Formats: sequence, structure tokens, C-alpha cells
Amino acid sequence: MAAAPATVSHTDLEQVARTLRRHIVRMIAAANSGHPGGSLSAVEIVTALYFGGVLRHDPTRPDWPDRDRFILSKGHGVPALYAALAERGYFPTDELMTLRQVDSRMQGHPVQGVTPGIEASTGSLGQGLSIGIGHALAARLDRRAFHTWVLMGDGECQEGQVWEAAMTAGNYELSSLTAIVDSNRFQLDGTVEEINSLAPLGEKFAAFKWHVVECDGHDLSALLDAFADARVPRDRPTCIIAHTVKGKGVTFMENNNEFHGKAPTREQLAVALAQLA
Amino acid sequence: MGRATREAYGEALLELGKTNRDVVAIDADLAKSTFSWTFGKEFPERFFNIGIQEANMVGVASGLASSGKIPFISSFAAFVLCKGFDQLRMGAAYPQLNVKVAGSHGGISIGEDGVSQQSVEDVALACALPGFVVCIPADEYAMRGAVHAAAAHHGPVYLRLGRPKAPIVHESTVRFEFGKAIQLRDGDALTIAANGLLVAEALLAAEELSGRGIEARVLDVHTVKPIDRAAIERASRETGAFVVAEEHMHHGGLGSAVAQALSMGTPAPVEYVDLGDRYAESGKPGDLMKKYGMTAEQIVGAAERVLRRK
Repeated sequence: MAAAPATVSHTDLEQVARTLRRHIVRMIAAANSGHPGGSLSAVEIVTALYFGGVLRHDPTRPDWPDRDRFILSKGHGVPALYAALAERGYFPTDELMTLRQVDSRMQGHPVQGVTPGIEASTGSLGQGLSIGIGHALAARLDRRAFHTWVLMGDGECQEGQVWEAAMTAGNYELSSLTAIVDSNRFQLDGTVEEINSLAPLGEKFAAFKWHVVECDGHDLSALLDAFADARVPRDRPTCIIAHTVKGKGVTFMENNNEFHGKAPTREQLAVALAQLA
Repeated sequence: MGRATREAYGEALLELGKTNRDVVAIDADLAKSTFSWTFGKEFPERFFNIGIQEANMVGVASGLASSGKIPFISSFAAFVLCKGFDQLRMGAAYPQLNVKVAGSHGGISIGEDGVSQQSVEDVALACALPGFVVCIPADEYAMRGAVHAAAAHHGPVYLRLGRPKAPIVHESTVRFEFGKAIQLRDGDALTIAANGLLVAEALLAAEELSGRGIEARVLDVHTVKPIDRAAIERASRETGAFVVAEEHMHHGGLGSAVAQALSMGTPAPVEYVDLGDRYAESGKPGDLMKKYGMTAEQIVGAAERVLRRK
């Protein structure tokens, strides 16, 4: 079975994260369109999953029935996922530079059935957790051992459907389902706190019968520990609240919500790439 | 009088579940009304009553279908399509997943519960989802055929189920195929194209017209999408006038689909028997159908009008 995960050292993982960030800013700059802030905040999460030996997957067989499912519910962060999938060999890295162009498999938001490795069509927020429940139920029915991971944004948790799904997953005791919240504290129009606060988010998930873990979403060791913990069989799904910085890694994008949905200029790209060298 | 199409849905689903282990069912706390419970009590491990959460139900179906299951999801048509529309768009239509949607309590013939539960836009909404098959079976035999056809078809399907008992209009052995209208009566003066409960009304109207020497062809156009363009073209050439009858608002249902098909082939005058551009109210089913103009009598009137335009 070619599904053995690649395990690499932490130094290497940090290098992978840097490479993904370089892809992200370059592809968004080339498209002159996209969401840098929420892509950059998710880089360590995606790096740990795809390069830290967490996901059981096989890039040569994206439809392997026993693969772990990874659903990017915060679809606007897809440049981070495309970069990871390309680096893991799902498609050539050259293709990344076709982001958001006509005839490209690198659609602006994830599209199931078009891009190898993309498990769900998302971009309309709030839907991924429900889809994850469907996969987890299928695993239970078929007695398959795969795990389902769903990455959401914190702003996304304002969607009512997230709580419908949270209620259901808790009551169904879906141990094989893990929600990861990329909690970068921002949404399009401002901070989550000022627009419609989620606090206390961990307590909300706990009240819905989830096992809740909080960690620094840029600390690879902490993320790997949290992911290992999420795999421990228990009578409930796991929610990992990963505290992150929007625009992480590029100083002028960090906590600068101007870069929620705006591409860097050519000059800004040069600065960003110098910082990510 | 036959059984309600919702009751036939539950039995067909049960039958399907016995031979196909990938068939699973989800309901949003209306399982005893949609009759998905007929399946659920037999196959509890493959039945999920997810509670009053239509949006989540559609998303869960999307995941189940992505992992190889054939989910049949049911609720009232008004709820699953209106509350689950974005989820159907992103999670069923866009990726063309094998999700089967059963919307019960279609139309106004549900009666006393009133407008909130009466689905008069569901066919338009379902037709607005690219790649969906949209089907409104007329009786229990057609519904049985439709459920089996839905399972055999790879891709998203919408089936509309009715609340009241439905008159039998088909043979028990009816050959049912999506996109193939069923001719129930031949005639050359005009064609009455109908679906759902209006098929029985169309047959009554044709009988009445026949008494006046007017022979109407009656087509059960159960599949609104893809519409049977060949049958409509043939009917247009051979009868030259149409009445379209459906238990739906005027826009976006069978009437629109027939008019579109005619405009691309041999055009013919059309008169419409439907709810119009409005909602109904509470009342006894029969009283409502009469007040809101969806009876054999209305079809006869429409036939007279269209013949004057022929």
C-alpha cells in the first residue's frame, strides 16, 4: 500500500510551510485575485496534516476508499490546500499558477470532481461539517477506519448550519470526525469579536458533546499533538480550535484585514517573497 | 382511489433497501409523514432521523454520496428545497452527486395546514439546479417506478410526493422511465399535458370533451426535467394545441418546460391550468383545488380557449 504517510522532521515541516506560503502569495498575485489572509493563517494546519504524517492518503489514488477525508469548509483558503496537494504530487506545481483562470483545475474555491484531492465543493460557508458527518457515517456503515477532518474558519461558525452539524455529530458520537477551527479572529467586514462574537467557542462545542482542544495554530508540534489526540477513540468528535494570525508570515498582511480578499501588487509580492525566503 | 404517492414512496424505498445495501435514508423529523419510516423501521442502521435540520440533512447526504452511498432524503417539499437550496446547489448539483431528494406534501392539496406547508415553487426550484432530474409521479405505480429509476440513475434526482390519496391512472406494471412521457389517451384535437394529481383531472376532462366530440390526447409528463421533447413535438404536430395542467405556481414548472420545448420545435397555442402567481390558504383539499382553479372543469375551459386559438 502506497498510503504510508510522509513523516519529516520539524525543521523540514517549517521549510514546507514556507514553500506553501511562497506558492500562496505567488499564485494569488498571478491571479490578481484571491484570499491571502485566510490562506496564510491555515498553512501550519495544512502542513501538519499533509506532511506531518497525520492524513492517511495516497496522491496516486485520490479515490482510495480508505483514505482519510479532508474537507476545506472555509473554501476561500483553498490556495493553501492547492499548494499542499501540488507539493504532495496530486498535480504539478506549475498548475498552481493557473489559479482562477479559464480552463484551470485551480478554481477560485474548491470543486469536487475537478481537482484531484478536493473532497467537497465549498465556498458557501457553513457546509463542510455536515458533509464530514456524511463521510463519517459512511465509514461507520462500511466499517472503514478512515478519519474525516473538516477545516472551518472562526467567522464561518456564525453560520447556523455549523451548529446543526455540531449537534448531530455530538449526538451521533462521531469519534472519527474532527473539526479544526482556523481561528484567525477576522472575517471580511472586521473582527469576529465586534461583528458577532463566538465566545466562548470551545465551551459551545463542549456543550454540543465535543472533545475540545485549543492550541497555537502556527506551532507544528502543538498541532501534531492535537491531531494525534483527535485520533484517540472516544465517544465524541473532536474540535481543535487553532489560534492563528490572519496573513501569517508576511508582515504587512499579518492582522491586516485589507488582505482578506485582495491580491498583493507586484512590489508587495517581491517583499513577501523576500520575507519568506 | 389509490394510495398517496408518499405512501408508495416509503414502500418502494423499503423494497429497494432489501436489494441494495448502499441505499440509506435520512429524514428531518417528518418520517411518519413522508413515509420514509417504512424504510427506517426495517433498516434502522441505514436510517437517520436527523431532527429538524434540513440544511444539515442535505450536507450529510452529500458526504454519504461522496463515500459511495445512495442517500434518499425526505422532508416536506417546501422545507427541503427552500431551507436546503444552497446545500443542494453546492453539495448535490454542482458536484453531480448521487443524492435523491423526496419532497413530500407537494402542491396545495395538502389542505388544512395552509401556505407554510404547501409547496408551490418546488418544481421551479428543483429545475433551477443544474443536472437534477425533476419528477412528479401521478400515482402509486408511477411512484414505485420513479423510486427505482432514481436509484438506477447516477446523479441527483428530485421526486415530488403528494399527501392525499391519488387516483390510479397507470397500470400496475407501467414502464416508467425518466424523461419519457406516458400517453394515457389518444386524440387529435388537442393535447393535455399534466403531472401529479392533475393527470387524473386531465383524464376526466378528456372524457368530458369526448362527449362533445373533442378528442384530447392526454400525456402524463411526469418528468419536467429533462422534458420529453420528442413526445411534445409529436403531440404538437399531431394535435396542434396544448393545455398544461399542474399543481404548481405558473412560473418555472411543467408549463414553462412545455412552452420552452414547443418554442424550439413546432409551436402551438398553450393554455395553462395552475395556481398562477400567488399562494393559496387553509381549507379542505378538494375545496382548495376548486377555488384555486386546478380541476377537470378548469381543464375543459382551457381546452375550449385553446381550440379557439388553434
